Amino acid sequence: MDPFILSRMQFGANITFHILFPTITIALGWILLFFKYRYNKTGDQAWMDAYFFWVKIFALSFAMGVVSGITMSFQFGTNWPGFMETVGNIAGPLLAYEVLTAFFLEAVFLGIMLFGFRRVSNRVHTLATFLVAFGTTMSAFWILVLNSWMHTPQGYEIIDGIAHATDWFAIVFNPSLPYRLSHMLLASGLTAAFLVAGLSALRWLLGDRTASMFKALKTGVTLAAILIPLQIFAGDLHGLNTLEHQPAKVAAMEGNWETKGNVPLLLFALPDEETRSNKFELSIPNGASLILKHEADGVVPGLNDFVAEDGTILHPPVAAVFWGFRIMVGTGFAMLFLSWIGSYYLWRKDEFPKPLAYLFVPMALSGWVATIAGWYVTEIGRQPWLVTGVLKTADALGPIAGGMVLSTFIAYLATYFILLGAYIFVVVRLAVKAAKSGDKRPEPDATGKPALPGATPNQASLPAE
Amino acid sequence: MDITLIYPHLPLIFAGLMGISILVYVVLDGFDLGVGILFPLAPAEDRDRMIASIGPFWDANETWLVLAIGILLVAFPAAHGEILTALYLPVTIMLIGLIARGVAFEFRAKAQASEKWLWNRIFFAGSLITALSQGYMLGIYTLGLQSGFQAFAFGILVAICLTATYAAIGAAWLIYKTDGQLQANAISWMKKALIFTLIGMAAISIITPLASDRIFEKWFAIPEIIALAPLPLMSGLFFIFTYWQLKHLPDETERFSLLPFIGIVAIMVLGFAGLAYSFYPYIVPEKMTIVDAASAPESLLIILFGTAFVLPVIVGYSIFAYRVFGGKATELRYD
Repeated sequence: MDPFILSRMQFGANITFHILFPTITIALGWILLFFKYRYNKTGDQAWMDAYFFWVKIFALSFAMGVVSGITMSFQFGTNWPGFMETVGNIAGPLLAYEVLTAFFLEAVFLGIMLFGFRRVSNRVHTLATFLVAFGTTMSAFWILVLNSWMHTPQGYEIIDGIAHATDWFAIVFNPSLPYRLSHMLLASGLTAAFLVAGLSALRWLLGDRTASMFKALKTGVTLAAILIPLQIFAGDLHGLNTLEHQPAKVAAMEGNWETKGNVPLLLFALPDEETRSNKFELSIPNGASLILKHEADGVVPGLNDFVAEDGTILHPPVAAVFWGFRIMVGTGFAMLFLSWIGSYYLWRKDEFPKPLAYLFVPMALSGWVATIAGWYVTEIGRQPWLVTGVLKTADALGPIAGGMVLSTFIAYLATYFILLGAYIFVVVRLAVKAAKSGDKRPEPDATGKPALPGATPNQASLPAE
Repeated sequence: MDITLIYPHLPLIFAGLMGISILVYVVLDGFDLGVGILFPLAPAEDRDRMIASIGPFWDANETWLVLAIGILLVAFPAAHGEILTALYLPVTIMLIGLIARGVAFEFRAKAQASEKWLWNRIFFAGSLITALSQGYMLGIYTLGLQSGFQAFAFGILVAICLTATYAAIGAAWLIYKTDGQLQANAISWMKKALIFTLIGMAAISIITPLASDRIFEKWFAIPEIIALAPLPLMSGLFFIFTYWQLKHLPDETERFSLLPFIGIVAIMVLGFAGLAYSFYPYIVPEKMTIVDAASAPESLLIILFGTAFVLPVIVGYSIFAYRVFGGKATELRYD
């Protein structure tokens, strides 16, 4: 077995599994802060009930993200040592700052956020929630700086085959960072918004009419409706930025083989790299030229420009990028229609029709579909490069045997499938349980916080402080 | 002041930072893993309290491993590839152990009573696998990343020793964080684990210099042997002190319940210092020195600035979190 393709599949599987959870937690942290803020402002216990329900899902998602993230930091070394050996002088400080400014912050305050409601003042608990949300976002910032730099590197020089930093400002604020960062943060916002809306819709279908469910439902649907037009706009800008810096990726996204004007927008096609053409094209005339160049006869780069004279292919695999892009955009439009119709009913009509609830439930995971499809477009679209123009993916591979990678790949896959199944099962069951029991809460004590349940005899005798 | 004057010292500074991170990791996550290893020994009614004693901390504790591997990755990229490709399989096994341990916490908290047994077992298995694979890797690394039966056997020995050490510090944490029958059980667990720790550390101290002439030279030449003698002697004293302390616990006033923990931490620090002395100046034993493996000084300096500012803050808020959840462990609740 080829250790190269196996290592790529293994890292791809790991990063795919990993991104599912940060995509939820980055934005869910801010949604929780919003619930907490509304509770602090209004004193309405329903906001706090919404917080307590969603903080459980946050905790579970966070743990899944942490354990799968550690895996990746080790795989840099076990499978791809050439990456750090070549660009370590740039990737290193960025990763170090992620650990120092984000990982510790979120991990330490997570404990207080989850279990500290009765142990610290309300103000400190709100602060802990803020610091966790801030930490997850900082983590996204640093890792997207590194990822963007791998797509559009600048601010470095190569000495003896190793990249050395020359301008840190240029490295951090590299050309694709603003677009990639906004695109990813909005993707996270949409993923969390649809998860909140979809799970609340499930609770609604199960007969749950509690105030906390409605508050979460309205928050999710409204947030989605606000973010999706912003995301379409940011995505378009990101695409134009990619056209400027990585034209081969855009050529693959459009399934365009020859550089020319009046390029149609392909709604459907089967790109075939053997014949270097598309089968079964269904297209809108001049569409791609209009989107990318804002002119009907605008010239769009073609894939055939990225084949070396000796026949070496220098563009990414076409079909994966082409279809990944269509799945992402299609999901995005489904999000647009559903969230706007949902907002219309919730705000204007003050009702939630049953068919709409049935549509929101499966869309709970739509953010995952769009995010993964989008990441496949951008990461597969960078191939054959690991760092554009600096390091090819194949050159970063370590001296490992294919059989070894295969066995660990199978072990990881089995672990991830079981965990993903368990995660979805537990999240759905939390919603079902909440729908059945309603908003049960302990009676508030004199401080206004719900009373601490009496310590059972085998519990500890000493107080916390 | 000319900032470039610090350049020649950067590799050593970062080796020191990495060493500190690893040490903090084995102490902090050591007690988390130890509690997991001891899990099946406890009766069912004590298990929630064992989880509660580490629940708010495990995630932050594990982050020290990320920092340690991060420093290896960023400061010594050449060594990082060499070490991790050589340890490919045990690293993977450890990662799956860490995954299992980490998610078991969360799933267990949300499981119905009838499913808890499953997550209990996964929690135990994940902790045990992590501890064993870390010990195995330490053994292989100590012998210079060799393969073959001898290295394998030594790896297994260190795996058992480190697992016993984790069990000991886990028990020490439970002595500090709990009371009643669970505390009494933890005292007897720690006594047994401490004996295995002692045997393991003694075996490693004897075998390592015999396996490596270079390490033998470093320890047994004159005058080094005199300067280094306090290391094993103090370790021995701390073993005796900790064991003696355990004989006098539990203690009604709870004034001494932290002492076994301090004792085992001291033993771990001394053992770690001995290992670090043996390896120096190598980062890949016998193959690559700290200086050879280091990144460009400009990049290291950028990280050093960040570390100098941020690390004290991290230590500060970590202490705050331990104080928030200080005292004896009580039930963990989200609401």
